[in-house]
Amino acid sequence: MLRTPSRVLTGALALLFLFPLLWAAVASVSPQGGTAQTNGWGFANYVTLAHYQAGIGRYVLNSTAVSLMTVLFTLSVSLLGGYAFAMFRFPGRNALFLVTLAILMVPYATLLIPLYVLLNNLGLQNSLVGLALVLTMFQLPFAVFMMRISFESVPGELRESALVDGCGSFRALLHILLPAVRPGLVTVGMFAFLAAWNDFITPLVLISDSAKAPLPLAVANMRQQVMGIVDYGATEAGVVVLALPCIVLFLALQRHYVRGFMSGALKG
Amino acid sequence: MTVVAGRRTRAGADGRGSGSGRPRGRGPGRKTLAGWAYATPTAVFVAVFFVVPIALVARMSLSEWKLFTGDNGWNAPANYEAVLEDRLLWPAVWFTVKYTALTTVILLALALGLALLVQESTRWTGFLRTSFLVPSALGLASASLLFYALYSPQSGPFETAFLGTPTSALWSTVALIVWRFAGFYMLLLLVGLQGISADVYEAARLDGANRFQTFQRITLPLLRPSIALSTIMCVTGSLLAFDQFYILTKGGPDNSTITIVQLVYNAAFQGRNDLGRAAALSILVLGVLLVVNVVQFKGLRGREN
Repeated sequence: MLRTPSRVLTGALALLFLFPLLWAAVASVSPQGGTAQTNGWGFANYVTLAHYQAGIGRYVLNSTAVSLMTVLFTLSVSLLGGYAFAMFRFPGRNALFLVTLAILMVPYATLLIPLYVLLNNLGLQNSLVGLALVLTMFQLPFAVFMMRISFESVPGELRESALVDGCGSFRALLHILLPAVRPGLVTVGMFAFLAAWNDFITPLVLISDSAKAPLPLAVANMRQQVMGIVDYGATEAGVVVLALPCIVLFLALQRHYVRGFMSGALKG
Repeated sequence: MTVVAGRRTRAGADGRGSGSGRPRGRGPGRKTLAGWAYATPTAVFVAVFFVVPIALVARMSLSEWKLFTGDNGWNAPANYEAVLEDRLLWPAVWFTVKYTALTTVILLALALGLALLVQESTRWTGFLRTSFLVPSALGLASASLLFYALYSPQSGPFETAFLGTPTSALWSTVALIVWRFAGFYMLLLLVGLQGISADVYEAARLDGANRFQTFQRITLPLLRPSIALSTIMCVTGSLLAFDQFYILTKGGPDNSTITIVQLVYNAAFQGRNDLGRAAALSILVLGVLLVVNVVQFKGLRGREN
């Protein structure tokens, strides 16, 4: 008896959260004055977007390259780092782990000012590789922490046998332990991808060549550059292109998203 | 999250580490070496992209350092004086604090409500959880662009100009942040809720406690660690707000929605092009943030014991 009214209420609440996303998807293809799509429904806004400056393809490519590099760097560094912190004892181990976590305590802006200068000195100004390296650094506290607890939760016998078995520690990692920490890697990889794909202030500071801009920066810049008049249709289309991969990835890997929280919170 | 989480893990891992660290047929030197080898990539990353920049930003804050001409030697404490004399500083501090207070209270209250709503797992609550969580998959910049179009009287479904006055611009931004982050904090609190044993609720029920008493006397106190963690994350995130205001309001109308991080960005890259001054401000921000976090940590953890 109680069930129906509460379902209506909670359903309305859910709809409230979904509404902005649905609106953007519908508005991007619906007719609207001041946009490319004035009569009838269609994809004219996406065509505008496709021809904006270097072309949307270029920006999607930039974002994809940066995101994949960030995922690759983050996975390699945190896999080895997590292995070291969980399974070995060496001088400076706790200090290094603490300093890695301390990255969380420092605001992005505080680090981006010197990083702008530093990347120039390293010849990485306006470089997507430089951007990916910086984004990887921002991911390390979560990633190294996550991989450390993944290795620590591998059953004791498996860890012992991996190290005693006579095969070197690197082969033990590849053949015995890697399959056991795969869920941790998926979680770390997904968070790294979402963070790199979505980051705004880092490319805003580090990338000044507009042809090298990742997608969020390109769509944000687009608003101001069409003769001072904002093309809302193209902005809506840009939001859809930005959001779609994230939502698909999130729905596909939702379990791992929740897992990321569980591991952090259970240990706390 | 890791700040709180890290502490206990380290203690736990140390206990275990001493066991697995005993040499087993190999020299301890070799194991130490292997440990260092695996930790090297992490160490290099942390050194080059974190430790060196921290040292550099400290040096920049004490030097005349412009965007285009670079280092022109020490000038301490001119950058810090310039930052403190900026007439936009105190309005920005006040605005950032006000925004942080509003966001934290509204966001956490709503997130707690949502967490209680979807606590049991059924198909329907599964659907609700997913709906509340989907906005968290979007980037903050994407979400801000979406609301920029949604709030516009020209393209959005509403007739009002949401970003026209300082007050409405503030509330509109808070609404965007609540939409984007409510699911995220709901999940964090949900994990805490599920850690409370069913026996405790059963005992309360047997003692004749009603739903409100149970919530007040059992749920809230036992949820304190999760609430503390959420509060620290939300306060820190809000104090450092940038993307949403950069995209949605550009600091307007009339410079009424400028946050501290926007001042840092403006000092470095817009108009002034003064990296030294931006460095000085960001060192101050770092200092204040550390103090705020220590105070929060002590306050929120201390009451627990």
